[in-house]
Amino acid sequence: MIREIYITETNCITPLGFDIESNVEAILRGESGIQLHGDVSLMPNSFYASIISTEKINNAFEKISTDKKYSRLEKMMILALEPIIKNSGVELNSKTAFILSTTKGNITALKEDSEASFNNAHLDVLAKNVADFFGFKTQPIVVSNACVSGILVVSIAKRMIQSELYDNIFVVAGDEVSEFVLSGFNAFQAMSDLPCKPYSKNRTGVSLGEATAAVLISAEAKDAKIKVIGDSSINDANHISGPSRTGEGLFRSIQNALKEAQIDADKLDYISAHGTATPFNDEMEAIALSRLNLQNAPINSLKGFYGHTLGASGLLETVIAIESANKNMLFESKGFDEIGVSETINIIEKNEDATINYFLKTASGFGGCNTAVVFEKIN
Amino acid sequence: MTQNTYIQSYITIQNNEIVLNGTSVFKIEPTDFADFSKQAYRNFDIQYPKFFKMDALSKLAFLGSELLLSPIISAEKENNIALVLANKSSSLDTDVKYQESISDKENYFPSPAVFVYTLPNICLGEISIRHQLKSENSFFIFEAFNPEFMSNYSNILLNSNKAETVLCGWVEFFNDNYKAFLCTISKEENEKYKNETINTLYNK
Repeated sequence: MIREIYITETNCITPLGFDIESNVEAILRGESGIQLHGDVSLMPNSFYASIISTEKINNAFEKISTDKKYSRLEKMMILALEPIIKNSGVELNSKTAFILSTTKGNITALKEDSEASFNNAHLDVLAKNVADFFGFKTQPIVVSNACVSGILVVSIAKRMIQSELYDNIFVVAGDEVSEFVLSGFNAFQAMSDLPCKPYSKNRTGVSLGEATAAVLISAEAKDAKIKVIGDSSINDANHISGPSRTGEGLFRSIQNALKEAQIDADKLDYISAHGTATPFNDEMEAIALSRLNLQNAPINSLKGFYGHTLGASGLLETVIAIESANKNMLFESKGFDEIGVSETINIIEKNEDATINYFLKTASGFGGCNTAVVFEKIN
Repeated sequence: MTQNTYIQSYITIQNNEIVLNGTSVFKIEPTDFADFSKQAYRNFDIQYPKFFKMDALSKLAFLGSELLLSPIISAEKENNIALVLANKSSSLDTDVKYQESISDKENYFPSPAVFVYTLPNICLGEISIRHQLKSENSFFIFEAFNPEFMSNYSNILLNSNKAETVLCGWVEFFNDNYKAFLCTISKEENEKYKNETINTLYNK
């Protein structure tokens, strides 16, 4: 008998709030974390991004630790994990793993030209710093797989618990808005002049964002918020910096995930998609969904609320989607105006009540990677 | 059902030498990695001009996978070969170069062609494109080679039928220091390495 896998604790740290409740309230009010910023240390010109107040991070962190050695991102990750580790009561023993998802980690440490600072730019050092704060007994596992990382970790944790290597896995995902990623996306001409508009006709690119999210994935059904029932992560094998035009990798990922979940596509009540608002990505997703006959399933991208939070996005959006399912409410796809993809998809234009028993989370990223995970509500 | 899995082939690239299944197949006098990788590419008569656009980490992963996968890839059918690679330095070698391109505001020239390689999983994309592998892939970071994890995770992919073969291993590159160790694992019986583990082969 293959073990059933549950998510039993969730949390997130974003510009909209430092817990799940405040984030959901902000979403229901239609509030976005994306603001205009004019910080020349980040970008020569003003830009839209979803950035957390450093003062708020420091104030919140001071309440749990007086230690000064942690980086800004480490504080954000610790803040996301702390309440759920405490609340779960799970013992941090040899059967409890810790997985960290990030694309760039403490990349800002490269700005300072010293050996100690350079050491902190290593992702294993970031993971160790966070793990040691809590006293995990197992070696941290870091997943760095571009923009699918945050949802791929759910899939990896599920597989590892199913294989009985572990009983519980704490997962944290996070990335910061930095000069490094802003300049890179800008060099790709992938940044939007306005707050991003996923799937819209006039979309011109991403708004970047920063956040951390944390979950406990467990074989224990007690207090479960959602069940993880199928997953897959298939490469396009097409291009390193652009998605497949046919959405092949995403198509196959969703197909495999549904097959493992043993449900038909028409059972999906909601899709929390990637929707970065770049012309190519959103078009590719619409093609993949259409090939799977998913054109009627209500779909949103949460990028209009949070921007593209890179290695955090998959987990952050999963955590919000779980709230959506448990509240039986579809959240608007913020920033959407007029359909701007060639295939029909059913964008959620305003918050509405709906029964959600099954939902799908997807993501796609550089390197041609795609991930799809199917969730089932606990009734 | 948990079935046995077997190491099929392995390759090590370090110190200007490529060792395939225990036999040295390419070795040159000490030189830098750019030169070494170019000479290796020519030696094996690889026809793939995209190779020259790759960053060093991708070149290293590409060369290793080339010698392991070329003999087992079939053009006629789908090859369900998962890619599971890991290292210590992520893409830091390219990250540092990219950071230099944006540090000096008088000399600010961020390049998209460099930026794309500031993600470690790009090397998985390069291998997937080369061999048309529409398969599972993930990139992990550890302080040091973690044979237990690599072996466990590969077995999970094989036993859950998410892959028929797994190419797994370590591809570390920073500042011209490099080591690649890759191996293919599947459920097909192979007694050749029955007394070996990923760890013993890595340390050979």
